[in-house]
This record gives sequence, C-alpha cells and structure tokens, in this order.
Amino acid sequence: MKPVSAWGRLSNDLHDVHVLTDRAHVAPVLAAHRPGLAFGNGRSYGDVCLNPHGHLWHTTGLNKFMAFDDATGRLVCEAGVLLRDIQRLFVPRGWMLPVTPGTQLITVGGAIANDVHGKNHHAVGSFGDHVLGVSLARTTGEVLSLDWTQTPALMSATLGGLGLTGVIVTAELQLRRVGSPWLRTETLPYQGLTEFFELADASEHDWEHTVSWIDCLAGQTARGIFMRANPMSAPQAAAMPSLKAVLAAHQQKTQSQPLRMPFVPPLSLVNGLSLKPFNMAYYELQKLKSGFDVAHYEPFSYPLDNLQDWNRMYGPRGFYQYQSVVPREGGQLAVQAMLDAIAASGEGSFLAVLKTFGNREAKGMLSFPEPGVTLALDFPNRGQRTLQLMDRLDAIVREAKGRLYMAKDARMPRDLFEAGYPRLSEFAAHRDAGISSAMSRRLMGV
Amino acid sequence: MQHIVIIGATSAMAEHCARLWVQAAPVRLTLVGRDEARTRRVADDLRVRSPQSDVHVMTSDFVDAAAIQRTVSHIVNQAAVDVVLIAHGVLSGQGTCQDDLLACDAALQVNGVSPVLFAEAFAKPMVATNHGTIAIIGSVAGDRGRKTNYVYGAAKGLVSRYAQGMQHRLAQTNVKVVLIKPGPTDTPMTSDLKAKGQKMASVEVVAQDIVKGIASGKPVVYTPGIWQVIMLVVMHLPRFVFNKLNI
Repeated sequence: MKPVSAWGRLSNDLHDVHVLTDRAHVAPVLAAHRPGLAFGNGRSYGDVCLNPHGHLWHTTGLNKFMAFDDATGRLVCEAGVLLRDIQRLFVPRGWMLPVTPGTQLITVGGAIANDVHGKNHHAVGSFGDHVLGVSLARTTGEVLSLDWTQTPALMSATLGGLGLTGVIVTAELQLRRVGSPWLRTETLPYQGLTEFFELADASEHDWEHTVSWIDCLAGQTARGIFMRANPMSAPQAAAMPSLKAVLAAHQQKTQSQPLRMPFVPPLSLVNGLSLKPFNMAYYELQKLKSGFDVAHYEPFSYPLDNLQDWNRMYGPRGFYQYQSVVPREGGQLAVQAMLDAIAASGEGSFLAVLKTFGNREAKGMLSFPEPGVTLALDFPNRGQRTLQLMDRLDAIVREAKGRLYMAKDARMPRDLFEAGYPRLSEFAAHRDAGISSAMSRRLMGV
Repeated sequence: MQHIVIIGATSAMAEHCARLWVQAAPVRLTLVGRDEARTRRVADDLRVRSPQSDVHVMTSDFVDAAAIQRTVSHIVNQAAVDVVLIAHGVLSGQGTCQDDLLACDAALQVNGVSPVLFAEAFAKPMVATNHGTIAIIGSVAGDRGRKTNYVYGAAKGLVSRYAQGMQHRLAQTNVKVVLIKPGPTDTPMTSDLKAKGQKMASVEVVAQDIVKGIASGKPVVYTPGIWQVIMLVVMHLPRFVFNKLNI
C-alpha cells in the first residue's frame, strides 16, 4: 500500500499499486487485482484518478511507440506515453498532436479518458476528435479493439469515460502536419467581458489558438489579457533566422534540470496577501508584451511545465480547480456572476483562464467540451469557506445549464453532474463492473 | 553507423539507453532478449523513434554457456561491435533465496555468472579488432553484503570483481570496460519496492548517466552520482556499527 495524491493534493490515501509494464500482460493484472482504476501521470486534479484503499493500476510504464506512418501521420502507441514525448519526437519531423491541454505531462490514456481540450478547440475540437481507435482491456480478461465504425457506442463511452469502461492499453492517433515549432502570437489587453467576447468572436476565424487570462478579483471591471496564435509555416520561420538562436537556447533550457518547487510551504503561497499584487503585476507585465511576437510552442502552450511540482505552492491542504462551461446564450451573464461571487467572497484565484469553445459537440458521452464559454479557476483549500464559494458557483452554472469538468472536480454534487451530463444513463451500460473510482462512487453511486 | 549490442534489451535501463542512442544518431542495434515478443516490442518502439536506425532482434538462453557463445559469435560475425551493454538481471527476493536453494541458484546464475559469460565471449573478438567498449551493469548492492539482499549483492559483487580484472587485462588495449553501479532505480524490476513507497532514481536519469559513462569510457560509473559517496560510507563503516543497522 502506498499513499497517492491527485494533482490538487487534497488527499493522500493509501492505494494498492500495481505497475503495468508489458501491454501483453495488462488484462491478467486487471483480472487478478480488481476492482481497481487506471492511474496515468497523476495530473488530474480531484478524485477522478483515485481509488482510496483499493487497487490502482499505474500505466506510465506502458510507454512504447508501436508504429508511425510518415505519409499519413497515423501514430500507434501505448497509452502511458506522455504527450511531451510525442511532441518532442515528432515536431522536428513535421508532425504534431492536433490537441493538447495546458500541460504535456499527461499520458495518452489520460488524454482520451478525459477527452482533453486545448486553446484551439474552436478550430479542431477536442483530443477525441483525433483518436482513430483504442485497445481496451476489461477486467474480465478480454482485450477489445475499438474504433468509430465497428464499435461506435463503446468508443464513445470510452472517450471521456474517466477510465470506467476498461483500461486503455494502446491508441491510434491522427497527428497533423506542422511547418515549424514556432507560433506567431498576438497579445491584447482587454477591459470587461464584453470586450473579451468581441475579441473571441473576431479571432475565431483567423486564429487557431485563443485563450485569455482574467483578473478574477477585479469584479465588474474584469480586465484581462487575450492571447491568440497561429502556427508558422516552414518558409515563414525560415525567413526569421534569429529564431534558430532562440530555439537553441530553448533546447538547452529544456535539457537542463527544470526548476522545482522544492518543498511544501506550511501555508499556501496563494493567499489574500499575495493574490491582488500578483494579479496586478501579471496584468501589467503581460500588457507590456502587447502586440505581435513569435513564440516556441512549448513555453506558449505549457507555461507551467518547466516548474516541477508547482502544485505544492498551495501548501499542505492542497487546492481545488473549478472549471465550468456554460452555453454562449446567457454565458456572459453567468461568467460575470461567477466573477462577482469570487470577488465578493475574498477567496481569490490566481489569474483565471477564460476561453470560448467552438460550435461543436464532443464525441464522447461524458466529454466536457460543448459550445459555450469556459472559465477555469484555482482555489487554495481553506475548508468550509472555499466549499461554500464553490456551492455558489455551482448555482450559477446550474442556472445557466452548464457543466463542470470532471478531470478537475473533487466535490460537485450529484444533481449538478446529472444535469450537466444528460448521456449518463447511456454511458452506464458500457461500464466495466471491475472498475471503480472515488469519483464514480461519489457521482454515480458505484 | 555505430553498432551497439544490448544483452537484456527488455530491461528498462537498457531500453532507455537505447532510446538515447537512437535519438542522438542513427545506429545499428542488436537487441538480445529472452522473450522474443517482448524484445520485438522494444525494437518497434526504437524504429518509430529512429526510422534511420537498423534494429535487429535476437533471442538467446542466458544461462547456458554454449548458447551464449553461439549468440555472441553470430553477432560479431554480422558486423563489428562498437559497444556492448550487458544489462539483464532479476531482483530475487532475499527471503526466497534463503528458503529455496533453486531460487538462490537461479539468482546467482542470471545476475552473476551470465553477465560474466557474455562479457568474456565478447572480449575475445573485440580484443582481436582492438576496438570497442564493454559495459556491464552491476549494482551498488555488490559493494558490501547486507542482510536484506546479499544473494543478489553477491552475484553483482562477482560482476564487480570480474570487471575489475578485465580492466586490468585490457589496460594496454583500446578495448574499454565500463562497470555501472546503479542505486535503486524506478524500473519494473523494483516495482514492488516502489509500491511500498521507496524513493528511487528515475530510469531516464540513470540511462543518461550510463550513456555518458560509456561514451567517456569511465571504468566505474555510480548512478545517480550520490551513490559513490553513500557506498564509500557504507563500505567503511566498522562492522560493529554496520551489524547494528537494519539495512
């Protein structure tokens, strides 16, 4: 038995850990140690990856590539491969993952099980839109090959299925062509949500990546930084010889030891004293960067990946992340109401992330992304006060007919989950009876 | 292209070394394992990582001297060898070895005798060409016998002493012998220890040290480096102190 925490560090319960290393032997391990749950690289925040006092099947040892077709960009690999390993291998060869979240330190299996999204959702959808097939080990000992034509229902349940339909052992992914590792970026400060939505709408057509940081403590005068970016083609990048030196410096930096949060401070470093000045300083610093620039995809897309264990800065009690999506109709009012509630509570978040999703439904039965606007916030765990604030945010999300992101949730009530995910009963039929998580017991009863 | 041979290619340390090698430049790789399907899975991974590399797979018995001789002769007849990494091993529980003489015998064979036989078989042709590096993975456990793993430690101690002698023998040639002594490393071999919560070095870091050590031809490589200091202390503890320790 070994203590295991999720990324939010809200709990540290003992788990009976089994390390999966050989894809040929996954099914027997599951059959011998059930009920259990797959655990990837532990980057989901709440209890979706935990099974306290039960079995946990570690998948990061399943990290082999299996086949790649350089003509079509189809990659077959084991599910424990990290997105970073795919990117670092294939970007120099002119291929990239079409969708990644704000960290590349997650496994392929985790990306599928949570149907993760990125800053380019409006352009290319979520991770699952680029998954061609998976092999799924069930705790009965069988291994199933899934794809969208032969087994559409189980495929749709497994994509975004929180690991509850079986253990994803291998996956076939469609990579996309990319001309260079460079992005042409533009940074635009904005004042208020109306301006944010104007920028988001105006950018949707011509910009592949869009995201914004918002100062959630500023209330009615919410101000933020809107960032948009497009990949640069090889000729564009070649026309800027100075980029080579930047790339060399970047590579040297990534090959040296990354910075690490060396210990858990006794108190959260994110607190009433630090938040306001931080948000203000961040806003002013980013404002200085207004205008066009060129960025390497790694620091632009994964700003925190080079600070290992950054989750420790929230102190020994950990933190919650709260990410919601609400439909565009009424979305601005709902987001404003959430920002007001946060400002009034005095429970701050580091600069929150605000982004619009494109007008497309995800393929997974329990996938999070849907047309609308999504707001993501971090809250240091201060017990009852923090939970009460999130209850108020729940009410706003419920009223706006939105939903919360399970990859980040640790506490949403069951009725909000059921209202937000209408395909739940359809999903239930595809579950593997030998799999259970803290979250599935909390939200689905088993 | 450099020709690198890996004995025990499915070992996690060896696999990560191979990943670093193919990432640096295309190489000819000969992967030798006991289980053909598993060795092929490693080869497929390396081929995706480096389509320009030339990856070969072989299987062999690892404890039969005649089989080892045949395997090595076959390899050296195919192409001259630049680097051999002998990486296989099994972490047999000390308790099992004490209870079961057959398990004890198997542990000594596969962790001690087998690597020595492979190294000896490669030495002859490499001395003949006066070129190449023989790297053997030993262990910090071979530095001083401890009650919690002395059967494994004794086998690794055999490897240490053997490598030392071979370094002496080949000192006047261009063939280098590198002995690698990893501390506890996060690999499938140690997954039980990991499940119990023991802290371990990442296999990526250890593989980097091994590849660097082989490139420089260093006679002894402790990895992570801190183990050189730790073992210096452990080896010099007076027995009356050492015997009181529960390690």
